[in-house]
This record gives sequence, structure tokens and C-alpha cells, in this order.
Amino acid sequence: MAGTISPYKTNRRSAPAGSGSAGRGAGGRERSGLGQKVRRNLSAHGFLFGALVCFGFFTWYPMVREVVMSFQKTKRGRTTWVGFDNLRRIFDDPDFWHAWRNTFLFTLLALVLGFALPFFVAVLLNELRHAKAYLRILVYLPVMMPPVAAVLLFKYFYNPDYGLFNDILRTLHLPTSAWLNSPDTAMVSVVIAATWMNMGGATLIYLAALQGIPGELYEAADLDGAGLLRKLWHVTIPQTRLILSLLLLLQIVATMQVFVEPFLLTGGNGPQNSTMTVVYLVYEYAFDLGGNNYGVASALGLVMLVVLAGFSALYSRLSRNSDND
Amino acid sequence: MKTNGLLHRSAVAVVVAGLAFSAAACSSSGGGSSSGDNGKASDAAAPLDPATKVTITADCQPPTTKPAERKQWDDDIAAFNKIYPNVTIKATDGSPCEEPAKFTAQLAGKTQPDLFYAYFTDTNQILDAGGAQDISAYVNEKTVPALKDIDPSVLSTLKDADGKLYGLPVTNYKMGLIYNRKLFKQAGLDPDKPPTTWAEIREDAKKIAALGNGVNGYGDYSATNQGGWHFTAELYGLGGKMLSDDGKKVAFNSAEGKQVLQNLYDMRWTDNTMGATQGLKWPDLMTQTSTDKLGMYVGAPDDITYMVQTLKGNYEDYGMGPMPGGKSALLGGDGRFFKKGSTPDQIKAGVAWVNFKYLTMGKGQFDYSRNKTDGLPVGIPQPSFFGGASLAADNTAKAASATVPVQNYAPYVSTPVPGKTEPANAQQLYKVLDAAVSAVLTDKNADIAKLLTDAESQANQVLSSLQ
Repeated sequence: MAGTISPYKTNRRSAPAGSGSAGRGAGGRERSGLGQKVRRNLSAHGFLFGALVCFGFFTWYPMVREVVMSFQKTKRGRTTWVGFDNLRRIFDDPDFWHAWRNTFLFTLLALVLGFALPFFVAVLLNELRHAKAYLRILVYLPVMMPPVAAVLLFKYFYNPDYGLFNDILRTLHLPTSAWLNSPDTAMVSVVIAATWMNMGGATLIYLAALQGIPGELYEAADLDGAGLLRKLWHVTIPQTRLILSLLLLLQIVATMQVFVEPFLLTGGNGPQNSTMTVVYLVYEYAFDLGGNNYGVASALGLVMLVVLAGFSALYSRLSRNSDND
Repeated sequence: MKTNGLLHRSAVAVVVAGLAFSAAACSSSGGGSSSGDNGKASDAAAPLDPATKVTITADCQPPTTKPAERKQWDDDIAAFNKIYPNVTIKATDGSPCEEPAKFTAQLAGKTQPDLFYAYFTDTNQILDAGGAQDISAYVNEKTVPALKDIDPSVLSTLKDADGKLYGLPVTNYKMGLIYNRKLFKQAGLDPDKPPTTWAEIREDAKKIAALGNGVNGYGDYSATNQGGWHFTAELYGLGGKMLSDDGKKVAFNSAEGKQVLQNLYDMRWTDNTMGATQGLKWPDLMTQTSTDKLGMYVGAPDDITYMVQTLKGNYEDYGMGPMPGGKSALLGGDGRFFKKGSTPDQIKAGVAWVNFKYLTMGKGQFDYSRNKTDGLPVGIPQPSFFGGASLAADNTAKAASATVPVQNYAPYVSTPVPGKTEPANAQQLYKVLDAAVSAVLTDKNADIAKLLTDAESQANQVLSSLQ
């Protein structure tokens, strides 16, 4: 049995010669090998055990419970199995489809704005000759701001009566907007705020990727007479493709789980539920409806998990295909 | 954008926290000890024996940031311990006493204190979670002498369908119209005669909004379930009902329901007296009123305390009138519940403490002369759950020590509007109605009939899934 356990190979190799010979020399490799290996790597196993316990308790156990609870209901302190009742309830809830539509809209808008803008800013920063470090800090600054503070700031900017944005529009003699106060503009307003709050991080990652592109490639392109756009298209984008596609996937998965910005900016629902997202709906079921709706909340979480997992699988399939092309 | 470390983490944190709590709940469900049920049932009706040694945990001790209330709490514990020297009350402070999300998690995890704070509307949730003990046998005129004077409609909010009692009321409120007397005067209105019908409110709102400078005539909530809460209050005021008599269907898609939304629509879009900023939630209306930007809104008397104590307004500037429409006024409040599995002695000790601190004239929260000395408001028309001799005694004592301009609330106090409790499954219904209220306040093309029909079918669906 012990012979089949091989992850200790590396450790054994790095251990001082002879240190392991006693156990093996006793001829009890089968019997005493494992115990000794564990003893020899006690601290490593300690860490491993701690990590496993933490992951198990705080990550895996809740996930398993979520699946179990999706099929349960608590009434008068008693938990009963209800089969697919919870799933049926969320599919019957008109807010479910509404929330998915909003979530996809947010994801789409967040990608159009939040994916392209940081890339554009990173390219600009990369091209700068002066004040580079200073501007980099400026771009990253909003990320360091606590979300609640940033949201309060934007709430003030968006105020239709005395907010900064409408003041600017009035000064320019342009029509003002209701921003967060209209179902037509609420979601866009949330995306703008979210983009401002979060783009610094993505910008820095793009910047790092851009700076990894060998200068010779641009020199060669220059010699070939390529302009700015052609260099961008033929050098910059292909060279940063890996990072771009990785960030795209992460952003899709993350933006679909958006919660904080709409929750703080519009109380979650927004005018006529226009900013209600799926994760907010989970929150609402679990905590906001004054009932014991954990089962329903879990079922919705499960649906979300399935959709995101399916999406990730599809994405990795597509990107593998395109890599093979 | 890197949206999303943060988004991701927050979302995951919320979900995981919820799951972890609820997981804990499920694993211990059914295990709720019922030792308290049987115990010494025969002598449950007797008051606590002063020699009994017992410890209970309780929440809602005033925080140190409210020094006067905190000192009163400590003094009251000391006075209580003179009668019951062996009762230990281990209290945790908190303000607010209940945060709904935390409370839900506590109930699920069965980590609520032995004696715990809850809103009247939480009763169903607590019972569904199996979180509270039936205290019917422990509450009688010996253990709670003022019991006969407590408004039966208040007590009924703490009972289950079979009439078993699970908690004792501590404070309550009845809604009415709160208004800014300063703006009334500026607009040429009589601050001692607040409007009592919606037609009058519209007229007065126009005059107040005409003051300009960002002042709105009327305001209302439309987010975080509070839009639905106020819809209900306004529906009650007009004589409407939220539920059918059997409680299985909603009844708000009625002439009164339409009237509520039509009033809001007219003030928002026809009269332009509500301002463009909507999606308001507690305490936005109080903030606007205390900064003299809002003329009127529907609210409860303790809003006035909040505007003065927290938002630094002046008592002289606010008045209160009866609920517009005057047919009935939404009644709410909070009480103390007893954790399932508490021992008979713990329940008796809890009942004795709640009686001492919150239900005895001249003591605890009703010690008006002490409140006056400590700089706390006396004369706010709340709580109002007593009738009979207790009410008369309360009014006399309040008047003798009043620190607030009691006459400002005369229109509210002297107009008897019957109280009406919130509907069962209130939060679910409020959530559905939030969307309708928010629609009339943010969409000029809102179709009121359709909004109500949609809300009706959605709410009925929710109710049927809860049966």
C-alpha cells in the first residue's frame, strides 16, 4: 500500500542522503515507510491538513450543503425534502427571468465598457513618455477606494436634481438624465460606476502584458511602414491574446455575479426591478423576504453555478479550437 | 475591468455566509430541545420565585453611543435585581436591535439569545424556523399586570394561528402623516391643520413645492420593500385590504389600490411635487424633512425622534397628523420572543424582566420624569398599545413631564384611526409591490391598472408557493 503513495518522491530526493536509510534498511519499507515519511514531513502535512480542513469546511461543505438544501424546505423548524419544488418556484417567479435578462445586460455592457476601456487606457499609458508612474497611480486609485465610499460619490454625481453629471449636462445645454431614477438608464449608470471603480486593476494587468511585448516587433513593423492601428492589430493584440482571453473569461464569470454595485447604488432592485441581478435575487430569497427561503436561494445559486460552469466549459472548448486553428 | 475581484468576493461571501449559516441550521433542525415545553408546566402561571437562580441572555442593550439609554438600562437591571437578586441578564448591545439579514441567519443557526428582539412582522418567520417558545401559560395578570389593557390587535401579532402566545410587545407605532411645520408656514399653510385626505395633500404639496429651491411637497419610499410597506399603509388609510378574508389571495387590486398609485402618479408627474430623485428608502425621507427639503410624508411617530436625535433637527419644526384617508392606520412594532428550548425559569425570568422594563407604568421606559432628567424625549405619541386605565395613566404622566411640543401631534392623537396590523408574509408582498410603486414614480407612461394586475398575479403566485 505504502509503495503506491508517491507524492513524497521529491522530498525524499531532497532529503539528506542516508537520512531515510534507517527505515528502508530495517526492511520495513512497506510497513514503516508511510509513517516515517509523514513524520519526516510533519510540518508540510500540518499545513496540508489545515488547508484541507479550511477548504473542506468553508468551501466544499457549503457547496455540498447548497446542493442538498436546493431540494429541502424548512417549516416550523422541521426540514423536509421537497424534490424539485424550489426549482419550480424560481422558474415560476417572473423576477427570475427578469434577473437573468438584467444580468446578461450588465455583463454585456460591462464587457463593452469594462473590457475595452482598460485596454485602451493601458495602450495609452504604455505609449506615454512622461509622468508614467504618476498616471498609473491615478488610474489605479479608484480601486483602492472602499466601494461604499465610491458608491456614495456616484450616488451624489447621479442625483437628478443637484448631481454633478446633470450640472455638467445643463452647462453644456444638453438634456439631463434621470440616471439611477429611470428604468431606462439605471443599468447603464450602474455599469459606468462599476467600470470606474474597477478598471484600474485590469489596466495594470494589460499594461504588464503590453510591456512584455518585445520592442523588436514594433521596430520591424515600423520598418514595414505600419501605422498605429496596424501595429495595434498585428502586433499588440496577437501578443496579448492570452491575457486578453483569460481576463475576458474571468470578467464574464465575475460580472455575471455582480451584486455590490446595484445593491449599494439602487438598493438592489432599482426602478421597476431594472437593476435586479441573479445574485441579488439569491440574497433577496435568503435574507430579505422575511421567510425561510434558504432552499429557494440555494436552488437559484445552483442554477447560476450550472450556467457559469457551462459557459466556462464552452469557452475553453472554443478557445482550444481557435488555438488549434 | 477587473470588476471583479471585488464583485466576485462580495457575492461569494454573501452566498457562502448564507449557506454556512443555513447549513448549520439544517444540521441542527429537529434537534430543538423541548425541555421547556413540559418542565414544570403545572406552575407555569405562577410568577418567578425571587429565590430562583437563573441566567438569561438578551439582546438590544442600548449601545454606549447612547449614554442616557445605556445608563437607564444599567439602573433598571440593578433595580430588577433588588427584586430578583439571583437573576442574571447577560445582555449584548446592538443598534439597530434587529438587522434583518443577521436576524435571519441567527434564526437559521439557532444562535438567537434566550430573550430576543423581533418586529411584529417577524412572527411567522420565527415560527417557521421553530425559533420561539409558546409562553401562553406564563403570561397572565399576575406576571404581567397591565395585560388586560394591551390592545388585543397588538397581542394577536405575537400569536400563531392557534392563538398561542410567543412574545410580549415592547413598543409599537401607528402610522400617520409627518410634516414640516416650518415649510407649512413658509407656504402659507396652517401648521396646526395638516391635510387629512389625499386631495388636500395634493393641494398643500403644490403650495410647498412652489417654494422652489429643491423643496418637494410630498415624498415616498419605493425600494428595499419599503415601497410596498407604504403602499400597504396608504391602502389601509383608504379602507383597502391587502388579503382576502381567507388570506389565500391578495386583495390590493381594488379601487383603493388604484387610488394609492394614482395619487403618487399625479403628484410625481402631473403636479411635479415629488422631485425626480426616487428609489428612496429608510431614512431618506427623514433626511429630506430634517433639512427642510420635504413637506410631508407618511411615517411613524418615532421618525420625529430620529430626525431630532440623529439628524439634529428641532422638535418644534415637525408635526404629525392622522393617516390620510383615516379609515385605518398601519400598526407595527416590536416585541421580545423567548427562544425555543428555554427552561420554565428562564421564561419566567424573561417575562418578569420585560414586564419590569417595558410594561409597567412609571417604571423602565414609562419612567417619564427620569427620561426628562436624562434629556430623552417625552411626549412622542408612542408606544400606543395600552387602552383603559393604563392609557389614561400614561397620558397624564406623559403630559406632566413632556419635553417635546405635544400640541404639534394633537391632530394625530386626537383623531382616533383604528390600527390595522401588517398582512401575513408581509415582506414577500412588499417586495412585489415595490416594483409597482417604483414604476409610477419613475415611468411617466406607467399603466396603473396593468401594474396592479401584474403585481396581483405575482403576489398570488408567491402566496400559493408559501401555503
